Amino acid sequence: MSSTDLSTTYLGLELVSPLVASSSPLTGKVDSALRLEEAGAGAIVLPSLFQEQIEHEELELARLHDFGAESYSEASGYMPELQAYNTGPGGYLRLVERMRAALEIPVLASLNGISKEGWERHAKLIESAGANAIELNIVHVPTDPSLTAENVENLYTEQVATVTQAVEIPVSVKVGANLSAPVNFATKIRDAGAAGLVLFNRFLEPDIDLETMDVVPRLELSRPSEMRMPLRWIAILSCRSDLSLAATGGAHGAEDALKLILAGADVVMVASAAILHGPSFLSDTLTEMRTWIEEHEFQSVTQMKGSMNHENCPNPAGFERLNYMKALMSYSSPSP
Amino acid sequence: MTERFMTVDGNEATASVAYRTNEVIAIYPITPASPMGELSDAWSSAGRPNAYGSVPSVIEMQSEAGAAGVVHGALQGGALTTTFTASQGLLLMIPNMFKIAGELSPAVIHVAARTIATHALSIFGDHSDVMAVRSTGWAMLCSNDVQEAHDFALISQAVSLESRIPFVHFFDGFRTSHEVAKICALSDEDIHAMIRREWVMAHRSRSLDPDRPVLRGSAQNPDVFFQAREAINPYYDALPGRVRDAMERFAELTGRRYDLVDYVGHPEAERVIVLMGSGCGAVQELVERRVEEGEKLGFVKVRLFRPFPAAELVAALPPTVRAVAVLDRTKEPGAVGEPLYQDVVTALAEARMDGVIDDVPRVIGGRYGLSSKEFTPAMALAVFDELARDEPKRHFTVGIVDDVAHTSLEWDRELSIEADDVTRAIFYGLGSDGTVGASKSSVKIIAQQPDTYSQGYFVYDSKKAGSVTVSHLRFGPRPIGSSYLIQLAGFVACHQFSFLERIDVLERAQTGATFLLNTTHAPGEVWAHLPVEVQEEILRKELRFFVVDGAGVAREAGLGGRINTVMQVCFFALSGLCSAEEAVERVKASIRESYGKRGATVLERNFRAVDRALEGLQEVDVPARPAGDLRRLPPVPAAAPDFVQRVTGMMIAGKGDLLPVSALPVDGTFPVATAQWEKRGIAHEIPIWDPEICTQCGLCPLVCPHAAIRMKAYPEESLEGAPASFKATTWTDKALPGRDMTIQVAPDDCTGCGICVQVCPARSKEVAKHKAIDMEPREPHLAAERESFAFFLDLPEVDPRSVDADTVKGTQLLEPLFEFSGACAGCGETPYLKLLTQLFGERLVVANATGCSSIYGGNLPTTPWSTNAEGRGPAWSNSLFEDNAEFGLGMRLAYEAHGNHARSILRDIGAELDPELAKSLLVRCARDAEAIHERRDEVERLRGLLGEHVGRPGVRDLDELAEGLVPRSVWIVGGDGWAYDIGFGGLDHVLASGRRVNMIVLDTGVYSNTGGQASKATPRAAVAKFAAGGRSTRKKDLGRIAMAYGDVYVAQIAMGSNPRQTIRALAEAEDYPGPSLVIAYSHCIAHGIEMSGAMAHQKVATQTGFWPLFRFDPRRELEGENPFQLDSRKPTKPFSEFASKEARFAMLNHANPDGAEALMARAQRDIDEQWSIYEQMAKMGFDANEPQENPR
Repeated sequence: MSSTDLSTTYLGLELVSPLVASSSPLTGKVDSALRLEEAGAGAIVLPSLFQEQIEHEELELARLHDFGAESYSEASGYMPELQAYNTGPGGYLRLVERMRAALEIPVLASLNGISKEGWERHAKLIESAGANAIELNIVHVPTDPSLTAENVENLYTEQVATVTQAVEIPVSVKVGANLSAPVNFATKIRDAGAAGLVLFNRFLEPDIDLETMDVVPRLELSRPSEMRMPLRWIAILSCRSDLSLAATGGAHGAEDALKLILAGADVVMVASAAILHGPSFLSDTLTEMRTWIEEHEFQSVTQMKGSMNHENCPNPAGFERLNYMKALMSYSSPSP
Repeated sequence: MTERFMTVDGNEATASVAYRTNEVIAIYPITPASPMGELSDAWSSAGRPNAYGSVPSVIEMQSEAGAAGVVHGALQGGALTTTFTASQGLLLMIPNMFKIAGELSPAVIHVAARTIATHALSIFGDHSDVMAVRSTGWAMLCSNDVQEAHDFALISQAVSLESRIPFVHFFDGFRTSHEVAKICALSDEDIHAMIRREWVMAHRSRSLDPDRPVLRGSAQNPDVFFQAREAINPYYDALPGRVRDAMERFAELTGRRYDLVDYVGHPEAERVIVLMGSGCGAVQELVERRVEEGEKLGFVKVRLFRPFPAAELVAALPPTVRAVAVLDRTKEPGAVGEPLYQDVVTALAEARMDGVIDDVPRVIGGRYGLSSKEFTPAMALAVFDELARDEPKRHFTVGIVDDVAHTSLEWDRELSIEADDVTRAIFYGLGSDGTVGASKSSVKIIAQQPDTYSQGYFVYDSKKAGSVTVSHLRFGPRPIGSSYLIQLAGFVACHQFSFLERIDVLERAQTGATFLLNTTHAPGEVWAHLPVEVQEEILRKELRFFVVDGAGVAREAGLGGRINTVMQVCFFALSGLCSAEEAVERVKASIRESYGKRGATVLERNFRAVDRALEGLQEVDVPARPAGDLRRLPPVPAAAPDFVQRVTGMMIAGKGDLLPVSALPVDGTFPVATAQWEKRGIAHEIPIWDPEICTQCGLCPLVCPHAAIRMKAYPEESLEGAPASFKATTWTDKALPGRDMTIQVAPDDCTGCGICVQVCPARSKEVAKHKAIDMEPREPHLAAERESFAFFLDLPEVDPRSVDADTVKGTQLLEPLFEFSGACAGCGETPYLKLLTQLFGERLVVANATGCSSIYGGNLPTTPWSTNAEGRGPAWSNSLFEDNAEFGLGMRLAYEAHGNHARSILRDIGAELDPELAKSLLVRCARDAEAIHERRDEVERLRGLLGEHVGRPGVRDLDELAEGLVPRSVWIVGGDGWAYDIGFGGLDHVLASGRRVNMIVLDTGVYSNTGGQASKATPRAAVAKFAAGGRSTRKKDLGRIAMAYGDVYVAQIAMGSNPRQTIRALAEAEDYPGPSLVIAYSHCIAHGIEMSGAMAHQKVATQTGFWPLFRFDPRRELEGENPFQLDSRKPTKPFSEFASKEARFAMLNHANPDGAEALMARAQRDIDEQWSIYEQMAKMGFDANEPQENPR
């Protein structure tokens, strides 16, 4: 056992390793979560509690029971009345409780709300179920032409403030990459009480089925190259914000994780690679990371963290330029 | 003693005691008793214990006969055992009932008494079923209202255990079983106080037990049977006393006092009515009122009917009685009188003969209330008036106008004697708007008020889509005994504006009443939008008129079309029962109780609607006179035939009660093709056709459950005179050149289900969401589409000989002879029936099992079974639920007998008539459209020739039977409840009969008609009523069972998966010269699916292997081919993909994730195994050199 210290601090939580299992089917079940922990995960983020889905399920259930009910003399309805339906957040809260009971590592719940009351109510419930932190899964698709970028950002910050005021536990915010001014946004959510930022959310993007001519949303696993976008913004934010930073999307091996930590990530989240290779992906990655760290004579993850961020790296312009410009330049004659 | 109240219907009141006092409960769905079984099943699966601390074992059987067998067996095993039933179900129990009583086994059958099917089926209430079991040896105890149903459930159970004599405990179906009322509840302590432990022990000790073996159920000979039968007498002799003792004990316990017969009225009454059941409520109201006024009237409630308490009845009559009218809620044609009448006459005669009384009063007998016919105080008064006559009718009827045998008494239809301190409210709603649910909740809310009693009764029409509901709600300071519909209401609410054009909703509004209307029209504008008849009634009755935009409020609150809570709050606010604030709070509390389980969102949205309801409630300043020229629509168009005008139209208008006896057929035979006259206009959106992009595939008319979208290809010149709005395009199929074609919606018959649009494959290239048919709001298109549809109907039908009936397109050019049924919007069964009529309609005979298909097919006022221009079309009948295969076989045998007779005569005399014609008729098979057409011509020619040979032997017979030389296509139609369960034995026998009959099973996998109870077709892991924990066993593979015979044509089809295979299978089945069985996947609202996408969902059913498609044609063996053809591909998707789209599976996943996972895994294994077997069967080689023996 080497002396390399892989521990890190994220949202004020002490983690044994910088690899966090982010929301995925693997973090939705206790047995696979235990395997993730065993493989060295520093924390896990549960699948999101979607307020919209909960409401949809409840309404559908009511609609189905009402459908055809009390409208025909031979049938009072067409669905049996069950003792309990376990709709609502109950199932999710039980998952939080069971995870907390089963795991040593911190359990982060993830929440996606659609109304102020929903954010508030569910955040409180999650806190009381014992989650160590809440990751807010905020997203808005602004189709209204009169809605400005500022409007959207204000909406986000309001949501963050709603939750941070409602709970005591730390709150992180997971956002998509489509922000005009990520650094300014980070400041805003910091002021709204957030403790961390998770960069970046990968959404269920639409697709078109060429046979049925339907729009079919589909989630695809990340590809390794995707980590370069969070790499840039983590490097830039790491020296401009005291928010905890988590990199997510595209970390498919030790090299990716190391780069992200060097850029300033407190933790690197993994999902796709763990789904592809199983929970042992984490232990393999940690072993490789440890080897690299030892070979490069770092003492700890904490020491590494941010040593290649925008401020500390030898060529900060590299983070500011768009990569293809640089590539283009190298093939053309120097500009006059 | 502290009284505990509950507000329940008669079924729940009964089941709550039956459940707590039994260990084994055998159930089977039958209206109106099903809820008792459903409740028991739900309680049992929730682990609720009975009064003895054990959870009753509830088992659904394949029929009531099966349930009775289980009851008999469980009683032999020493268990406390019960069952619930009604009508034909009780009849199926009769054989076991004799045995159980003969063996002195204590048990109670709780019966929601319902009409026995005679000239017609009726789901409603009377005593014809219980009267059919009065000779079985079971004691019979009658409850008159919901409280008594609760109390007598316990009294009968207690006395049965004490006396060993089994009891039929009965109450009136619907009037009592479905009436919601506030009653005093019996506790478990009450149960223990009534049922002594030693009686239970004694019952157990008599059980069959190998530790102390006995023989029971022997066969006896003439030497001892008679004596043994008489040995039982002391038990019956002791019974009335025991019932009376139990009633005494019960009175001490609860304060509620009953006797074997109860007399109510003047102590010196001269005229007395005797009756049983809910009708007592109406008589009591009248008697109490008139006695107060000094009249010497009285009436006797008979509670114990078997053993008949003759002495008690005689003793109950005041000695002053001069005339007695006995009312029976049943009819026994040919009897001296109905049963209760005969018993009363006999009791009085015996009393006179024994010197107990000096004089026998005049006794007359009358029938009332058959099939839940209203029985009111005014009718009771008519009976008393008749008793006052010098020569009253010895046998009479009351409640109808009998202008044939003149049995009926006249009554004062205007008379209302309801108490002033009873509030009466009527609510007109649509099935889907939740009015009934809200009214039930109102009854419960009001009942919570101390010293206030409430009652709710609910009337539905017989449609499943767009049904009208009428809720009758009473409340007042005393228990409500009024056992009849509200005649005059102080509050009337109309929850659907469109009703005003069709229904006289203010008919029962009393002068000065409050009228609440749900409308989008503002108070200042609404008046002009009311039909003049409504305006006049508002003015004449001086109504206070309020409006609310309930739909707007509900929509804003996120409740869609569920306006019920909004309307409920408005009712409370206007009723004066409590303050507006309190009304809001009470409704919220009730919502929390009813919907709490379903989650916070549902509560929040309902609360939002409740909070906003009163903001929109406004009083209309009623103008002084009518305005505008809107008139209420006639019930049927003027073009309808005479019978439809005179009779059907009255039923459609809700005035069928006014029809006299002479208006109705004597034998239950009705004209067909009547649904076309019942224009209901229930769709909000209808499909609108775009001929530019239509590919003329024919899928939309194929899948339409209501034949409300149709396709015709017609000669171009037919378009002459077409209305401007009529759309047409060139018919592109080369088979019928030079034609135009049209896809046309029937805008007043469409239910707006949207299935046609979902299956439409033709999309605009520019705007992908625009299809060749799109659902659009009905109103803007209505006038044009009405005109177009009328023109469309007059376009010539295609000659069936000219189309390729093997294709979707071809079949859909054929005229459907099944149209506009009252089935649910989006029904998965009716498209198959419609297709049958397109393929074989003009020679189709249908034997229809009871169930959904017999209701949408044959429930009056109208029928969708229709005729073509020649007047030919399907002939249809329904016998029973259990015997349908046999019923259809009987039809086939009749046609065979007549066909054979005709052919034998033809063989004798054919040579003299026309040898060529005779030969053709005797030898050629007529199978396809061409041959059938020729056969009709031949028959016509034959009959023409017969005219010249009148008087020759056989000629007359041949003339009568010649039509039978055109082949009849006999189809036995039913659901899975029939085919898999109750009728399986008969189905199996018919499969084995070798006769040429076709059976189609419309397989929804549940008893759809009675509300979705599990059958043996219910798939594993699905939640259904009677399988609330998820069905744990697999669906029966009926196809494989049938294939095992080897000479039966079997097919499994799903129209949405492969319409071509469906068409082919039906054609092959019909063509097969032996029995055929077609199992048709039928989606159903009981699956909890999005109905508009149901056909695409059927594809997934097949892709997952849940519903493989196959055909098994024994004829192929003769060609050396495998008779089994698997028509669907190896499953490409997991079962979970199918299941996740159906609430019946998804619900379990939520409620019990672990259990659901295990069941789903097993369900997947079922599919894998079945597929593997089918695959092997399909691969089996058949040797062409050694053909099997010809199956026929």
